[in-house]
Amino acid sequence: MRAKPGNWLGERLDLSAVRELISHKTVPVHSATRWYYFGGITLFLFAIQVITGILLMLYYRPTVNEAFESVRFIMTRVEYGWLIRSIHSWSANLLIFVAFVHMFSVVFTHAYRKPRELTWLTGIALLGLMLFFGFSGYLLPWNQISYFATKVGTDVAASTPLIGPAVGRFLRGGEDVGGATLTRFFDFHVIILPLTAMALVGIHILLVQQHGMSTPPWIAPSGVRQMRFFPNFFLRELMVWYCALAALGALAAIFPWELGEKADPFASAPRGIRPEWYFLAQFYTLKLIPSHVWIFEGEILGILGFGLLAASWAVLPFWGADSAGNARTRLVTGAGVVMVSYLAAFTVLGYLK
Amino acid sequence: MRPHDCPCSRAGEFGGAGGGSGMPPGMPPDQNRRSLLSWLLGGGVAASLASFFYPVVRFLNPPYLSEAPVDEVSGGKVDDLKPNSGKIIKFGNKPALLVRVSETEWKAFTAVCTHLNCTVQYQDSTRLIWCACHNGMYDMSGRVVSGPPPKPLDEFAVRVRGDEVVISRRT
Repeated sequence: MRAKPGNWLGERLDLSAVRELISHKTVPVHSATRWYYFGGITLFLFAIQVITGILLMLYYRPTVNEAFESVRFIMTRVEYGWLIRSIHSWSANLLIFVAFVHMFSVVFTHAYRKPRELTWLTGIALLGLMLFFGFSGYLLPWNQISYFATKVGTDVAASTPLIGPAVGRFLRGGEDVGGATLTRFFDFHVIILPLTAMALVGIHILLVQQHGMSTPPWIAPSGVRQMRFFPNFFLRELMVWYCALAALGALAAIFPWELGEKADPFASAPRGIRPEWYFLAQFYTLKLIPSHVWIFEGEILGILGFGLLAASWAVLPFWGADSAGNARTRLVTGAGVVMVSYLAAFTVLGYLK
Repeated sequence: MRPHDCPCSRAGEFGGAGGGSGMPPGMPPDQNRRSLLSWLLGGGVAASLASFFYPVVRFLNPPYLSEAPVDEVSGGKVDDLKPNSGKIIKFGNKPALLVRVSETEWKAFTAVCTHLNCTVQYQDSTRLIWCACHNGMYDMSGRVVSGPPPKPLDEFAVRVRGDEVVISRRT
């Protein structure tokens, strides 16, 4: 046995911990098992983003004079360039959607409770990173819509009380959205965010391995059937990934992502300007808040409200369960339903109006 | 802790034809069907993977940029270049070397050294064309005088039109 070539690596690299994990990892089988797939789909789409992003970088140029032209070059001259870019854009959107589904599945199955608070916190940080990925990537083609969306987006950040102006300047690399913003956003999008995201994904997955899969509180953990992760669950997950890839390919081919018109800083904002769908709920809320509420500016009030809401959502494990790890199921489920309803309704309203 | 058993994915079944340990002996038709299914599954996976990677491989290949071929460029005004001097001008997307040998004699060559693609220059002290990278020397007909270049420089035709110098491909 020792002479087998397959053992060559094993004699030099101790993989027993990995082998142990693979052979013992199980997944509980119950009515909510299907929700376990969403974390994996998010990871898969993230991998798609990394691969297609690396490919796009072969031709993309992050300067005001060349950004738009280089994306147009990718889409019109590079073989399958339209497909790679379209997949990158579609996958970004699906990734954020699936990450939201994953997050709400954790809320409704109460998987955030002790000892999984850190898993939740890293997940929330990852969701924030994904939104920032979307925001920074949106500007890179340097078209009219993305230019104005970035003006508005960085202005929202800049109107945060106290720290706002500094944050705005930092994001834009100056007073206005311009070439400096483009190189900054490129740096965020391809260096800072990916490095941070990879580290966080690593920690997130490590924590999931340490704790194992959570079972909802209404299912007694002792009586639950278990499915082996390798190969049973993994092969199912693989099939789901295949379907996700098929959906992605179909969307990218049937509805190729538009490029629009090149950004012109001296043109008026185009009609119907709005951010990506995942910022629509906030966008629409800001539209509804009157310009002044009592002595406060409406916009600042809205931004503070979002900040407060996001912060309390991020610490959900600490108010959503007692210190022994028993979930306050009614409270959290209620909050989750309100949150999903608000996001869904305001996203649709923001899209229609 | 019993492994989840579902007829669609028993642990052994996904392993393909090799994973027949749980099979009753003496049932060749089943074995055939299993190996056929494995082939179909493996072939399908391989074909779909190939279809994913084909666009990626094609994407990696940079498109050929066809620039409109340039036949003639301006080398500037006659008075801009003193006798026994040269300058680099753009000829299409490649550099060219324009040399004013004397008051009336002009020469132009492709400025790309035939050795390793460096850009050559005119050396007024030796009245030769010199490549600084590996010390290649060409004479004023483009022929290699010394150094490593394997081939002479291509020469262009030069005409003076009014006060303008015009360089064109030799026909």
